[in-house]
Amino acid sequence: MDDNKNLFKQIQALYRGLFAFVVAFALIGVGLIAYMNNPQLFTSDITASETEYVPIPEDDSDKIEDGVHVRTGFVEADGLMETVNNCTNCHSSELVLQNRMSKENWIATIRWMQETQNLWDLGGNEEIIVAYLVKNYPVIKKGRRGALTDIEWYDL
Amino acid sequence: MKRRFFIEKTALASMSTLLGAEIVLGATMPDGYTPLAFQEPDPFKMFGKDREMVVLNSKPWNMEAQAHLLDDKITPSKFMFIRNNGLIPENIDVANWSLTIDGESVETKKTYSLAELKSKFKHYSYQLTLECGGNGRSEFDPPAKGNQWTIGAVSCATWTGVRLRDVLEDAGIQNTAVYIGYHAVDSHLSRDPNKEPISRGAPMAKALQDETLLAFEMNGDDIPLANGYPLRLVAGGWPASVSGKWINRISIRNKVHDGTKMMGTAYRVPCNPVGPGEKVKDEDMCIIESMPVKSLITYPKTGAKITSGKKLNIRGHAWAGELEVSKMEYSIDFGATWRICPLEKPSNRLAWQHFSASISFPEKGYYEVWARATDSQNTAQPMLLPGWNPKGYLNNASHRIAIKVV
Repeated sequence: MDDNKNLFKQIQALYRGLFAFVVAFALIGVGLIAYMNNPQLFTSDITASETEYVPIPEDDSDKIEDGVHVRTGFVEADGLMETVNNCTNCHSSELVLQNRMSKENWIATIRWMQETQNLWDLGGNEEIIVAYLVKNYPVIKKGRRGALTDIEWYDL
Repeated sequence: MKRRFFIEKTALASMSTLLGAEIVLGATMPDGYTPLAFQEPDPFKMFGKDREMVVLNSKPWNMEAQAHLLDDKITPSKFMFIRNNGLIPENIDVANWSLTIDGESVETKKTYSLAELKSKFKHYSYQLTLECGGNGRSEFDPPAKGNQWTIGAVSCATWTGVRLRDVLEDAGIQNTAVYIGYHAVDSHLSRDPNKEPISRGAPMAKALQDETLLAFEMNGDDIPLANGYPLRLVAGGWPASVSGKWINRISIRNKVHDGTKMMGTAYRVPCNPVGPGEKVKDEDMCIIESMPVKSLITYPKTGAKITSGKKLNIRGHAWAGELEVSKMEYSIDFGATWRICPLEKPSNRLAWQHFSASISFPEKGYYEVWARATDSQNTAQPMLLPGWNPKGYLNNASHRIAIKVV
């Protein structure tokens, strides 16, 4: 009888153990699946979760490294953000950076964009933007034909 | 924002994979197609271009080749420049694509499905030189506004399609016809649906040439999306902006087409020569038609060092807009003396021509090889920049490569 009772208890213990194991296994499995889909599941910091979602520089839109606005490539100087905010909505910053113009020609370009390209009235920012461009991206004299530059020499 | 959306979609997709459920997006999208908005911002992968291509502008997309990339006789897609005025269409519905011929001077306004165009009219293939009107703009002084193209906005691919003439004649051309103007489905940079990014065209004489095509194939394949899939005009020898991409309508006009980029300084140069930086009134500007004579040394790449006593083999292409190139020369002494080099005939009218030469250098040192083509009307490339113009078009100055003999 004692032996029988003992055996019954042992079986009960084994069942409990097995059940606990199965429950633990299921919990870990569900947790793993959830974690694979959202690695931030166990992180309570909401902003950290946002950062993980968008690992592109757009999130760091005002980051400046070595004096250059990372997202656009514009140099850091007075008028930078006015230029970024008004001149990179329709076209990329590359289009601005490629060009070198006098104050008069930048203003003419702004007028052309306002007349034909849906650019808004820049208000007081116009002067700031034009001053920024003229100062930081001055016209370089090229003459009638430049020397060949940036040659990477190699053995043929 | 778009990127975040993409990642969420991916998470959803992998979630549904884990759950063993059907991926909803996968069922409605054609194989291998990812909406532009969701794509990685890797333009080389996105457009199937070689990584040595140079991105000038990411919005709108503008990309050019370098001289040594253009060595092939027929330009492969991976080396073909991309020039956009607006945003590349995102949802091309080929099955329902149609082309309408209308305008003041059409006999009967007609609409053709793409399948109809392909089945109803005879197909033709030509090698056609397409060069951006602003190719070489970067060298002008004072600088000209716009993308600063160096030398790589030129190509010569094999284009297959139907003759524009056959389609225009099928709709009927009234004798009042002066010009054709194209319309396309790309969107304006401001996304204003009432604005066209570009709508140019050509005089009837150019529109009716044998080689002016409504093309649906490039080098035997569908035209790449960034180069005009599924239907574009190809008018070789003229500024490539005449060869409208993604077109769905062509108007036969009873006057010079007045679409976007036909007016003002766009694709126009002063009718009479002006000094550098001079202001030119709109009415004194004339539309560019044929591109000028030009050439490129495509082999070797600039910067080659060779051992003394060895010959240098060079090769490249020359083209002359509407005309043929009749003579090709090179100089190794900064233009003091020129030597004529062999030049092949074009495979068809408006195709670029190939030249080659074997050069001996008299002694060790630094050299530049300059190339100069002359067209059938005896006009040659200038060694310095040609006439300045407000938008910096038509720079056909001699191409130069640097060589060291060591």
